[in-house]
Amino acid sequence: MVAIADSVPKAHSRFHFILDRRDVLGSLMVAPAILYVLLLVGVPFLMAVYYSMSAYTIYNPSWSFVGLSNFVDVVENPAFRQTLYNTFIFTFGSQILGLVLGKFGALLLLRPFPGRKFVRAIIILPWAVPIALATVAWQWMFDSLYSVINWTLIALGFITRANAPNWLGNPDLAMLSIIVVNAWRFFPFAIVIFLAGITAVPQDVIDAATVDGAGFWRKNYQIIVPMILPIVAIGLVFGIVFTFTDLSIVFLMTNGGPVGATSVLGFAGFQTGITSGDVSHGAAISLFMLPVLLVVVIFMLRFIRRREI
Amino acid sequence: MAAVVTQDIVKKFGEVPAVNGISLTVPDGEFMVLLGPSGCGKTTYLRIICGLEQQTSGDLLIGGNVVNDLPPRARGVAMMFQSYGLYPHFTVRNNIAFPLKTQHVPHDKIEKQVQWASQLLGINHLLDRRPRQLSGGERQRVALARALVREPTALLLDEPLSNLDAKLRTMARQEIKNFQQRVGLTTIYVTHDQVEAMGMGDRIAVIDHGNVRQVGTPTEIYNDPADLFVATFVGSPPMNIVSHNGGGYLGFRPENFLPKSMVEDGAATEFKFRVDRSEYLGAERIVYGVMEGFESKQLITAKLPPAHVDESAIRPGEWHPFAVKNSALRYFDKDGNRTSRH
Ligand SMILES: Nc1ncnc2c1ncn2[C@@H]1O[C@H](COP(=O)(O)OP(=O)(O)OP(=O)(O)O)[C@@H](O)[C@H]1O
Ligand SMILES: [Mg+2]
Repeated sequence: MVAIADSVPKAHSRFHFILDRRDVLGSLMVAPAILYVLLLVGVPFLMAVYYSMSAYTIYNPSWSFVGLSNFVDVVENPAFRQTLYNTFIFTFGSQILGLVLGKFGALLLLRPFPGRKFVRAIIILPWAVPIALATVAWQWMFDSLYSVINWTLIALGFITRANAPNWLGNPDLAMLSIIVVNAWRFFPFAIVIFLAGITAVPQDVIDAATVDGAGFWRKNYQIIVPMILPIVAIGLVFGIVFTFTDLSIVFLMTNGGPVGATSVLGFAGFQTGITSGDVSHGAAISLFMLPVLLVVVIFMLRFIRRREI
Repeated sequence: MAAVVTQDIVKKFGEVPAVNGISLTVPDGEFMVLLGPSGCGKTTYLRIICGLEQQTSGDLLIGGNVVNDLPPRARGVAMMFQSYGLYPHFTVRNNIAFPLKTQHVPHDKIEKQVQWASQLLGINHLLDRRPRQLSGGERQRVALARALVREPTALLLDEPLSNLDAKLRTMARQEIKNFQQRVGLTTIYVTHDQVEAMGMGDRIAVIDHGNVRQVGTPTEIYNDPADLFVATFVGSPPMNIVSHNGGGYLGFRPENFLPKSMVEDGAATEFKFRVDRSEYLGAERIVYGVMEGFESKQLITAKLPPAHVDESAIRPGEWHPFAVKNSALRYFDKDGNRTSRH
């Protein structure tokens, strides 16, 4: 017989297997994330809450407590109400446009065609390019004099030079422009989400629907879309949160103009709190994002839980 | 309901043919089983019939009409998939109703049909559940109900029982067969399980490498295999095959290979058999060994009724006289095709 060496567990030091314990390993793994959230999200958040109820400005750093008066000031300001309204239009407009583009993009990219890999790779670009760079390009496209879009429309005979739209100068068109740019930035993400979802739908289910007599639309909107809805909803939560809090596109493209037509919460908070130095009112403006986002996220998460299959 | 006829159907994926010229006629109301090893093209053939796949060449006729270019929904064929393909976000009721909704059947008619189909399969108490709340057997019945509900021209079943455990499988086999007879539906049933094929098929088509090797009733397939492939694919253990007459082959079923004393009078051929090993299986005893003077790739097997065997006639390591009735001997030529006796 061959003796089997070392088969008996040796007495190790107490800490040798410490990483095999779920509780220890688990805590160790989540610790950095929790620390990060506490220090870089929690603390600034609490500070913002306090600022919003103080009279703090950078010229007069006073910590005196003024209650909710900053919020009252903010709400009574018609410019703020315009901003709030803009934020909703901007967020939902660009999400809807992004989702539609994402859905069709995903459908196109699912079919094999020559060069699909290449297209799949470069379709990600709008998402990967730094927004500051992308905005410069878009600014030229929307420029009042040199707009490529207008040049094309004129060349195609849809408009004349005399009535060429001033994209960033007209309040409605300016809003439309930033929605388009944000949707452009968001749609690769939507494509990825849709592709992931659609690929996860079992081929048997799709085949069954085909044999059961479903045409293109029915297959898409009664079978595939409902099945991928949970994952799309998660994508949408991300999209809404990021767009609702975004200030970069507005800051870089329109600076909130013309006359506040494209001012959004993030931008207004930044303008008031940092640029103008009125930290307490800036904080109050920014905090308006919180209840809105909370409601959106809770609603979406509940929806996802209910739809889970 | 309608007859399904395929004429020289070929399907190539790139250069490789998955289906290589299948011509098969399934008359109205017949239960046809396609039996073949994994990868022989059974699923591909079914997918061509229901229109999920376009054949490279050949004609497909349903109810006498050429339907080569009709889309799946115009063919009226129902298919049940190996993993059922139930719609996970629909209730059982909506799953079953779906094929009717796509045909814009009026609501009250849909309700009636759903009731009929679910009654037939005994699942009316499950109508408000979702597929994930069902057992494997229940899912299978829902899938079957969904396939039947619109009274299809033909029913295609792709290994519908492979996800069930052995006991449920026996029951489900019976159920499907009963139900098919009651409705009289033209059915094409794919399996690689020969027990299912023998037990259920009105006729069996044995398929290998995208070709039909033989079509016949279970008795014909078992007793008169057209070639070596069929002979060795059907039967458990398979038919014994030995080289014979320089190039040809001789075959006989294990249950026909008996100790000489057990073969009744009549024309029989005697062989010398050396037993190497024997397995007692309760209802039968399988004996493995070699035959004197004959070459075979596999061990020769004999299937004996254990109660009647004289132990001394199968003692391992010794040569024993065994015999096969001449009527049970099958001859094949050097290409493996069946020939009459030499
Ligand atoms: N879409 C496809 N592209 C390329 N080859 C394929 C495709 N579908 C099937 N094949 C090939 O065709 C052959 C037949 O496949 P098929 O699925 O019809 O086999 P099968 O008889 O159903 O096997 P199984 O019993 O394992 O289900 C296989 O060799 C398979 O690899
Ligand atoms: Mg298959």
